[in-house]
Amino acid sequence: MTSDGFLTAASDYARQVDGTFWLLVTISGLITLLVASLIAGFSLRYRRGSNAWRGAVPERTSRDIEIGWTVATLFLFLFIFWWAASNQLSALNVPAKASEIHVVAKQWMWRVQQPSGAREINEIHAPVNVPIRLVMTSEDVIHDLFLPALRLKQDVLPNRYTYLWFTATRTGVFNLTCAEYCGTNHSVMAGRLVVMTAPDYARWTNAQPEADDLARQGKTLFGALGCSGCHDPASIIHAPDLHGIYGRAVPLSDGRVVTADEAYIRDSILEPAKDIVAGYAPVMPSFRGIVTEEEMVKLIAYVKSLSAPSSPGAASRDDREPTGAQQ
Amino acid sequence: MTDVAIAGVPRPGLPPSAGEGREGASYLSAGHTLLSWLTTTDHKRIAILYAVSITIFFFIGGIAIALLRLELVVPHGLFLTSEAYNRLFSLHGIIMVWFFLVPSIPGTMGNFLLPLMIGARDVAFPRLNLLSWYLYVFAAAFAVYALVSGGVDTGWTFYTPFSTNYATGYVIAAAAGVFVSGFSSIATGVNFIATAHMLRAPGMTWFRLPLFVWAMYTVSMVMVLATPVLAMSLLLIIAERAFGLPIFDSARGGDPILFQHLFWFYSHPAVYIMILPAMGVVSEVIPCFARKTIFGYAFMVYALITIAVIGFMVWGHHMFVAGQSPVANLVFSFLSFIVAVPSAIKVFNWTATLHRGSITFEAPMIYALGFVGLFTIGGLTGLFVASVPIDIHATDTYFVIAHFHFIMVGGTVSAYMAGLHFWWPKVTGRMYSEPWARFAAITTFLGFNATFLPQFVMGWIGMPRRYHYYPDIFQPWHVMSSVGALILAVGYILPLVYFGWSLIFGRRAPANPWNATGLEWQTSSPPPKENFHRIPHVDAEPYAYYESGQTSPADGRPSFQPQGRTA
Repeated sequence: MTSDGFLTAASDYARQVDGTFWLLVTISGLITLLVASLIAGFSLRYRRGSNAWRGAVPERTSRDIEIGWTVATLFLFLFIFWWAASNQLSALNVPAKASEIHVVAKQWMWRVQQPSGAREINEIHAPVNVPIRLVMTSEDVIHDLFLPALRLKQDVLPNRYTYLWFTATRTGVFNLTCAEYCGTNHSVMAGRLVVMTAPDYARWTNAQPEADDLARQGKTLFGALGCSGCHDPASIIHAPDLHGIYGRAVPLSDGRVVTADEAYIRDSILEPAKDIVAGYAPVMPSFRGIVTEEEMVKLIAYVKSLSAPSSPGAASRDDREPTGAQQ
Repeated sequence: MTDVAIAGVPRPGLPPSAGEGREGASYLSAGHTLLSWLTTTDHKRIAILYAVSITIFFFIGGIAIALLRLELVVPHGLFLTSEAYNRLFSLHGIIMVWFFLVPSIPGTMGNFLLPLMIGARDVAFPRLNLLSWYLYVFAAAFAVYALVSGGVDTGWTFYTPFSTNYATGYVIAAAAGVFVSGFSSIATGVNFIATAHMLRAPGMTWFRLPLFVWAMYTVSMVMVLATPVLAMSLLLIIAERAFGLPIFDSARGGDPILFQHLFWFYSHPAVYIMILPAMGVVSEVIPCFARKTIFGYAFMVYALITIAVIGFMVWGHHMFVAGQSPVANLVFSFLSFIVAVPSAIKVFNWTATLHRGSITFEAPMIYALGFVGLFTIGGLTGLFVASVPIDIHATDTYFVIAHFHFIMVGGTVSAYMAGLHFWWPKVTGRMYSEPWARFAAITTFLGFNATFLPQFVMGWIGMPRRYHYYPDIFQPWHVMSSVGALILAVGYILPLVYFGWSLIFGRRAPANPWNATGLEWQTSSPPPKENFHRIPHVDAEPYAYYESGQTSPADGRPSFQPQGRTA
């Protein structure tokens, strides 16, 4: 891989980060230069035996100098903080229609599932100019997905979802690697981020062997694991209907209200006793050890598809999205 | 003599002491057997014990990194397995942080100088002082044995769940070693705090204390308050790894991120445990060789205190990408910028101290000026990693490695070397070879920059830390860094040689070879066992340096008059 795989700023956000970086380089370069030239200058001028004038500086003046540079430093640092923070804040809002790619890390590989259901190992294919949201979890230790060309990095934790989002603005092959030390082969837990034009991406997607999308695979699992036995609206067992649940506020039996996001759905499957929905008995068994991380991804995709505006069931949304329809 | 020291306020009226009669009897001649050293409660001898042990650990940690730098010359490995590579960098980190940097300046110079500088006969609790060395040396030796024989591949950070459920090797042994050595830190801290409060000579008010004493005092506070948290987190690791207690295991309701909070709650203040003493050393050296009082003494004191206090509130900046909330990230980022202000003030003050001085460039001064430069770069790159978006890209890369080595090696080790040369005549009674020392100081400075400046570049390009194999594009930078490390190694081995030579053949040192102020220079070199034949009375501000080598405008006599409190 050439240095382009690292250095290219492949998104607007990356260019913004580079801007901040060079601003900091300039400011600290100037300060270093100032300190270095003062030290060198004083060392030369006031070396022993030189005939430079050496009168005392009045007490008052020294104090004013002291207060002066304290305040100046404080304001400079606050300015840098504000500059960097405001950049960061603007990057926090994930576009609503971001296309979701699931990443499961384990010692020492990255397993990726495209919205189309296509699976990849150590590679992420993504369309250019489409907001992509990575939903990540780990099967063992803490890993960290590092995408240098996007100036992005996020720890990937076991039993928890973390997220990254980006809109790549350049096509190309970029570096992808693990940045959190994870054991013996940490340094080879690397791969590629392939950013393609929309038509190329569509072609690539169609060429992948697994045609079924995630939600549809999730629906099959939902039946196979017996979930539908209770959660089907027609079921005689009193269990919450999952249609439209994703993203909604759910009142719990202990009075709390939580938002049904990925983490909530995941917890409900693995630790059903933790958050009991108001009005229901805690009868659901735990699926810990039964559902793998990748199956979890599919189940969550299915539950989400039940809230998709168009059709409940197999989501058609995911088929359309990666082609860049919303751009 | 211990009874005098323990008794609180020193009583100079005491029998003008045995010392009067035997002027030449230094602490070094108070016993020549190994046993006399191993059972000593003399703070000066304990300092020597520390110096010998940390030097050994420093070179063990140094050999580890030398092997790693050699291995990293090529992208796909020369002679190590990935397993061995991981164990070596863990060994380097664990030894250098806990068994070299943390005890380095407090254990050696702190022990030797704190009582001398305040005009006391020993620390407040001499036997506790010896105990702290034993705790340290046994814990360190045990941990190092575990690291060398069995190996630990967790890195010095022991992150969970890797360390609890996945790592191989002697994690429990290493953690136990670090745990026990923490008690050594706490004991030293308690001792220094009590000493500074109770044993100051008559007239030695708080604002007449040398800045080195202030640095020891503030660092002791940090040690006493932060180290227990490290002890807890290591105990929890041991509990989970040995007994399966689900504290950090998320599959059983634990939280691996909790460990990071606990760990950094200690380990960020630990950075200040490493740098505050260094600031103290440099604040002694620069005024002496600039023949000028320190600029802004009071501000220097406030800066030390501010750093120590705010240093406790910035730990979260190590966790910007760990899944912390964006709000928490911004708060920790803000506080990290604030804590940088007092550090900047100190840099300006050291620089301003040179203004209108009468400067000479002996080895301690070269090291100290090197410290100011490298600390400035280390501090400014700290602003980079305190900015959330920059840190997201830079964290866990060589950029961070370079940043903290500028602080801990460019900063702390440079200051340690400055202090070692500065007080060498006082400690040993011998002069070292000035030309060789200057050569070593300049070599170290150049070697250091050659090693770590390339690491900033490759880190920003995207070279992750703790990588055995790396993409080819980083090779030139790694080669530069390794060549630099070779130069740096020369700079560190040279002092071993000329200091060793000085011990045997060095010219006898006068009591005050640098014409320095400070009570430690008012007694003989090496000092007598009880430090002062008569406890001095302090009646002047510190750093009373004046032009042209005189220590006072009037008669060239020191401003500190060693005299009994007879009034």
